[in-house]
Amino acid sequence: MEIGLVELSRLQFAMTAMYHFLFVPLTLGLSILVAIMETVYVMTNRPIWRQMTKFWGTLFGINFVLGVATGITMEFQFGMNWSYYSHYVGDIFGAPLAIEGLMAFFLEATFVGLFFFGWDKLSKVQHMVVAWLVAIGSNFSALWILIANGWMQNPVGAEFNPDTMRMEMTSFFDVVFNEVAQAKFVHTVSAGYVTAAVFVLGVSALYLIQGRHKDLARRSIAVASSFGLAAALSVVVLGDESGYSASHTQKMKLAAIEAMWETEPAPASFTLVGLPDQEARETHYALHIPWAMGLIGTRSLTEEIPGINDLVLEAEEKIRRGIIAYDALMTIREERGNAPAEARFIFEQNSADLGFAYLLKRYVEDPRTATDEQIAMAAEDTVPGVFPLFWAFRIMVALGFSFIAVMGYFFYRASFRNMQFPRWSLYAAVAIIPTPWIAAELGWFVAEFGRQPWTVDGVLPTALSASHLSIADLLITLAGFVIFYTVLFVIEVSLMVKYIRKGPFQDVEETDAWQQRHEARLQQQPGLAASSATPAE
Amino acid sequence: MILYELIDFDILRVIWWALLGVLLIGFALTDGFDMGVGALLPFVAKTDVERRVVINTVGPVWEGNQVWFILGGGAIFAAWPPLYAVSFSGFYLAMFVVLAAFIVRPVAFKYRSKREGATWRARWDWALFAGGAVPALLFGVAVGNVLLGVPFHLTPDLMPMYDGSYYGKFLGLLRPFALLAGVVSFSMLLMHGAAWLTVKTEGAIAARARRIGVVAGLVAAAGYALAGLWLAVGIDGFALAGEVLPNGPSNPLYSEVARGGSWLTAYAVRPWIAIAPIMGFVGIALAVRGLKGRGEVSTLLWSKLGITGVIASVGLTMFPFILPSTVDPNSSLTVWDASSSHQTLFIMLVVTAIFMPLILAYTAWVYRVLWGKVTEAHVAENADTLY
Repeated sequence: MEIGLVELSRLQFAMTAMYHFLFVPLTLGLSILVAIMETVYVMTNRPIWRQMTKFWGTLFGINFVLGVATGITMEFQFGMNWSYYSHYVGDIFGAPLAIEGLMAFFLEATFVGLFFFGWDKLSKVQHMVVAWLVAIGSNFSALWILIANGWMQNPVGAEFNPDTMRMEMTSFFDVVFNEVAQAKFVHTVSAGYVTAAVFVLGVSALYLIQGRHKDLARRSIAVASSFGLAAALSVVVLGDESGYSASHTQKMKLAAIEAMWETEPAPASFTLVGLPDQEARETHYALHIPWAMGLIGTRSLTEEIPGINDLVLEAEEKIRRGIIAYDALMTIREERGNAPAEARFIFEQNSADLGFAYLLKRYVEDPRTATDEQIAMAAEDTVPGVFPLFWAFRIMVALGFSFIAVMGYFFYRASFRNMQFPRWSLYAAVAIIPTPWIAAELGWFVAEFGRQPWTVDGVLPTALSASHLSIADLLITLAGFVIFYTVLFVIEVSLMVKYIRKGPFQDVEETDAWQQRHEARLQQQPGLAASSATPAE
Repeated sequence: MILYELIDFDILRVIWWALLGVLLIGFALTDGFDMGVGALLPFVAKTDVERRVVINTVGPVWEGNQVWFILGGGAIFAAWPPLYAVSFSGFYLAMFVVLAAFIVRPVAFKYRSKREGATWRARWDWALFAGGAVPALLFGVAVGNVLLGVPFHLTPDLMPMYDGSYYGKFLGLLRPFALLAGVVSFSMLLMHGAAWLTVKTEGAIAARARRIGVVAGLVAAAGYALAGLWLAVGIDGFALAGEVLPNGPSNPLYSEVARGGSWLTAYAVRPWIAIAPIMGFVGIALAVRGLKGRGEVSTLLWSKLGITGVIASVGLTMFPFILPSTVDPNSSLTVWDASSSHQTLFIMLVVTAIFMPLILAYTAWVYRVLWGKVTEAHVAENADTLY
């Protein structure tokens, strides 16, 4: 397999997946925020809340459609560009994707049309239920996709079947309740909620700066900041959970993220910042926090976290065992049903490390003929790029903590300071709109780049997974996606801007009339006169 | 989990083969009319308001309908991984074109009426036309290629490889028989879209849809008959040679396949499958009659029957083959050697048995809520909120 082909396939997947994930987080969070707003409308019967539902719903719709459109690419790209991967793990990986369609995507897609077109065809409660079904569908969708992705990170509940030359499911339960998948799911959807909260907060702050749609903006900030604060806390807590599970499921990824070259005596220190140098195997200008790494990674004072150098030695042993498995597999492949029981026994003993033998395919056609030098090189390949992981992770975490601060501040001002926001804070809220997307993309980068050189950790190397297409095929589709997606992105952003500028345009008269009556009522009640809209009223 | 042994592996394989058909048919029946409506758009609607009427007949439902396509992909991945791996990478550029169509179509629905301006809207109208017409044609071309056999082979490690200079290249797929199959699928979905428009619109739009639908139906029936004749005299079929293990491991290389004979010998072995092509012809004929006359809902139902018959006939004719290989017949994928494992098929069947009835139920409810014709007056009143 030519390296150029694999690199191009990776580039294409990374590009289309990261592009897809520009739209997904907002869908995840905004669907819930809109459903919450509509619920308040149904409970209080105040037209302003219906207007908010429709306004944010319009922006949701503009974003949603691109999430759907770019998701189609993802569903088919495994087969198109990663055909050996699809054959090799389809028995396990395909199931959550199909269940996602059955359980989640049908739900959200069927009801999203009714959400936009059903206002005068449904009762208030029915329409609210539809909004919630869209939100639930979107979030369930994320659940099954992350179960699929979680399995790539931590392939449990499956084993290699030498007769079919692929991985097959042994326990559906283990696949679904994979600890990596569960932590990832909550971490990812929470990140989506934060994204939507920051978006709603920023757009609302813009309206307050411009002095228009103040009623809508204040209420929106109140909803977004309380929802966003809970979500921001959840992101960090579950991010920590992911780190903990990585300490026993994906040791190499963890070590690379932390630039832990050597195994330190427990509890290991945490490198806050530094300049990791992969060649020299050390981190220059490192600033250490004693004990922190051991506590976060293992939640104990005595457990060791293995460093990169030790893990490379371990990989070398696994490669040697993998070669034994590969040798037995070749006998079974040749003899099929008549293969000697001994070969099958040897294979079973070593099959867990079969994937490590495949790492050698980069250097030699038949792993059994690999030299010691090639084995050492393949073991070295198990170390992902430390510098980008180290920094991507740190920027993501810093952003994650800053969201807690931002949401906490706005929640405080909204709840206890009478909805009065200093002007600087409004400008800041507008300025940070893009940051949750940056954090989310960095998070995926850490998860996927950190798993290299594997598509399925320890099971199937990336280099082997790709389809045997021609370079021309890939260049055509890559160019096509770049052009196509760029055009769509420009159109979507311009429509977003247009509709944000336009502001709420539905039910305007009814809402304004109610608002005036409402303010008149407030004026009559002394003590309340000074207070602006709060979410409770 | 031993539960899965409740149903034998070979039975599960046949069930999943049938479910594959159900998904393809579900996709053609639901998203099929969306594609047909898209392809009809420039011809049945002239003014902006007329176009908006046509677009809004499918506006609230295309998104759910399109999930049949996505679920089709997911289900093939889960139940027939080798098929997923070989076909999508093999039909690479054609798949890319289909994806492009399915990406641009949703966006066109959603964004077209979000701005005024004739140029903006005219561009999206083209996108809707292409987004409907191109996949409608290409799905047929793909089916035609499957019947002809595809030049791939599997290495002993079961890695799919594509041979020949043209395979994987888009133009190589456009063989005469495949193009005929494309014409059949295109005209069939055009007829289906027309039948939908007779239910959802009135006046000039419905009248134009009827005129085009009649022609499309006749072309579909003629093309289908011609394709059958072609299969009878001009195209070699495939057959399993030697012992077959319906319960054996999913390794396509374990079975021997011979080229030769005709696909249509299936009708001698299993005469009952003739019901499928008969359904196809009867359904299309009655749909054409309904389009000529005044039928509305009944026309749509006949059109559905016709499409079901045509798609089912392809699967039943080829059984147990799913994707035959021309260069290495032994690599051909069949029902007996290209499925997921026993356990995965069982789990997926349980999940499908739970969720498919739910999906059908709530989809039916949504269609009922949205029942009724889309009129120009309605579009004019809701100019800001409709598509």
